[in-house]
Amino acid sequence: MTELLPLLKSLITTPGLSGYETPIRKVIEAVWQPITDELSVSPLGSLHGLKNGVGSEPRPTILIAAHMDAIGLMVTSIVDGFLRVTEVGGLDARVLPGQLVTVHGKQDLPGVIVQPPAHLLPAAVRKGPVPLKFLLVDTGLRPQRINRLVRIGDLISFSQEPIQLQSDTLAGRSLDNRASVAALTLCLEELQSRNHAWDIWAVATTREEEGLGGAKTSAFQLRPDLAIAVDVTWGKSPGTPEHKTFPLDKGPTLGWGPNIHPGLHRAFKQVAENLEIPYAVEVMPGHSGTDAFSIQVATEGIPTMVVTIPLRYMHTPVEVVALKDIQRAARLLSEFIANLDIDFMNKLSLDMPS
Amino acid sequence: MSANSSTKNSPPKIGAAQTRLLKQLCNACAVSGDEREVRDIVLEQVRPYANKVQVDALGNVLVTKLSQSRSRKKRLQVMLAAHMDEIGFMLTHHDGDGIFRFDTVGGIDVRQLAGKPVWVGREHIPGVIGAKPIHLTTSNERKNTISLDSLRIDIGLGGSSKVKVGDQATFATAYRRVGPSLIAKALDDRLGVATLIELVKYAPDNIDLMAAFTVQEEVGLRGAQVAAYAFNPDLGIAIDSTPAMDLPGWEGEIEGEENSYYNTMLDSGPAIYLADNATLADPRLVRHLVDTAERARIPYQFRQPGGGGTDAGAIHRSRAGVPSISISIPGRYPHTAAGIARLSDWKNTLTLLHTALSTMTPGLLSTDR
Repeated sequence: MTELLPLLKSLITTPGLSGYETPIRKVIEAVWQPITDELSVSPLGSLHGLKNGVGSEPRPTILIAAHMDAIGLMVTSIVDGFLRVTEVGGLDARVLPGQLVTVHGKQDLPGVIVQPPAHLLPAAVRKGPVPLKFLLVDTGLRPQRINRLVRIGDLISFSQEPIQLQSDTLAGRSLDNRASVAALTLCLEELQSRNHAWDIWAVATTREEEGLGGAKTSAFQLRPDLAIAVDVTWGKSPGTPEHKTFPLDKGPTLGWGPNIHPGLHRAFKQVAENLEIPYAVEVMPGHSGTDAFSIQVATEGIPTMVVTIPLRYMHTPVEVVALKDIQRAARLLSEFIANLDIDFMNKLSLDMPS
Repeated sequence: MSANSSTKNSPPKIGAAQTRLLKQLCNACAVSGDEREVRDIVLEQVRPYANKVQVDALGNVLVTKLSQSRSRKKRLQVMLAAHMDEIGFMLTHHDGDGIFRFDTVGGIDVRQLAGKPVWVGREHIPGVIGAKPIHLTTSNERKNTISLDSLRIDIGLGGSSKVKVGDQATFATAYRRVGPSLIAKALDDRLGVATLIELVKYAPDNIDLMAAFTVQEEVGLRGAQVAAYAFNPDLGIAIDSTPAMDLPGWEGEIEGEENSYYNTMLDSGPAIYLADNATLADPRLVRHLVDTAERARIPYQFRQPGGGGTDAGAIHRSRAGVPSISISIPGRYPHTAAGIARLSDWKNTLTLLHTALSTMTPGLLSTDR
């Protein structure tokens, strides 16, 4: 069994910004290689891992998707050895000044995001938060060296190292959504010793933070009978609304809303209750904010479920997750999949009583 | 005692041992009021070289290194000060479950806090200052600074018996060397502390050196005030780190305007002070430093006259008055999680100080101002 903590640390410290996921894909490939039967890469860079079921052919298939792309920055111009940048994925510029980063130039360069002194800013942005376009990245290198090593379009990752906090919580960058990639990995491992009738497509998707392109296209290509998107959700933390956040270490959430097939939701609930895995129901009244949004409408439409892991301080370099919630999500997924009958699709109904 | 037999007149060098020590100093936590961690390093470093080492009532380390010359001629008693303390935080309330309210210690721009890791207490227990996810904020909300009141330090579920209200915390940034630069927290003023340690180890023999490793500079130059009283020196020099604001301006709104207020620039050598909010530098000392730099061809720059203050502000007003000056190693982004300074500026500062001290005679203070 892979140890969760070292796996998670290695996943979150590997770069892989939306659209440029190759480094993280290679790490996941290496981890999934021994626990899948077949690995391939989609035209948009998603990693497809097939684990064959034992049912008689043609077997139904389930897709479990976790996006592997991370948020970050991109160089827009170089001024006197300093870099101006734009965002890849949604960033609140107020968390950026003072963050350590890695500039992926001709070689990886450490750097710091800096907020210029007020008198070097336009009058309108001197007092409040400084918008991203006025921030700079300083690598500590002199201008002529920067001009040789960095060019417009180069990517910048956060470089915050993982921090182990109290009670098996981990803080770090890119836990959105590498925590879910870890859950998928543990799920595949648990299924090594289980007989499952269905074929499983474990998919590490690309471009989730910028338009869900990976999940949409993988769902089209693989045409699964069922799909589950695994992602992170907002953990309860200071200043966040009670009704939109979920406590850490109290289990995963089960999504409920128009992106989610009600029958699947109920089936998951049943499994969680049978296993006595704690969970919360997460109400997703519109766009679930996950790969499920695009998977559900791929091809003729796919019954889709969302399982999430609560995460504090999402989209900052100090996101915090409880390790146990990742293990619980993995257990829930593997148990659900192992229990799928060959004729589950015939029993699945939109109108199953709640 | 090898240092006592080393050549006193050639300036000390900054090599691997010195940068290792700087790393140790920067990674140590010493928020104003509890400077113990840095003080312990300083004591260990200076003890073998000093005639007298004393820790005073506030926690200043006062080191006396007398000239070994047997000459009866009067020697200048020169006080050098570098502050051990850094800006940081103090936990003020436990909201429960490992989440703490905190206040800032020293001058910190609250816009530098969200999303940063911290070390809490003497055991450096890790924590993070979180921020609300962007998805749960409105665009209007994002136009406002995240207030200190809404920020918390989170050390993880359940908290720890090792963390309590009253503990101090710092940004958790590990020192690193990058090309020509040093990236670290608290370069203000561990660069000064590291410089002063070398000056104690290689003290010029023509003066009596009185080194004050001071406390509470960031909260009002309080350590230097009592240190200067205790030493009662002939003259004082504060060794500090001053902001380098040598960044490009925004061209859209400050069109064609040069950055004429940069305070200091990296790679331009030690910054000699003329005037800040706390001190008018003694003109004789300005001249002496400038003449020394020019004679020895050491790069230097003037810190642009303006705000700010160093321990010299307290030293020059001590007793009947002490002619004083400051000299700083320029550093970008002081009082944030990660500052940047140049190794070359540090080297040149040490060289200038050592050379200037080596040529100081009592006559210096009898010249006209």
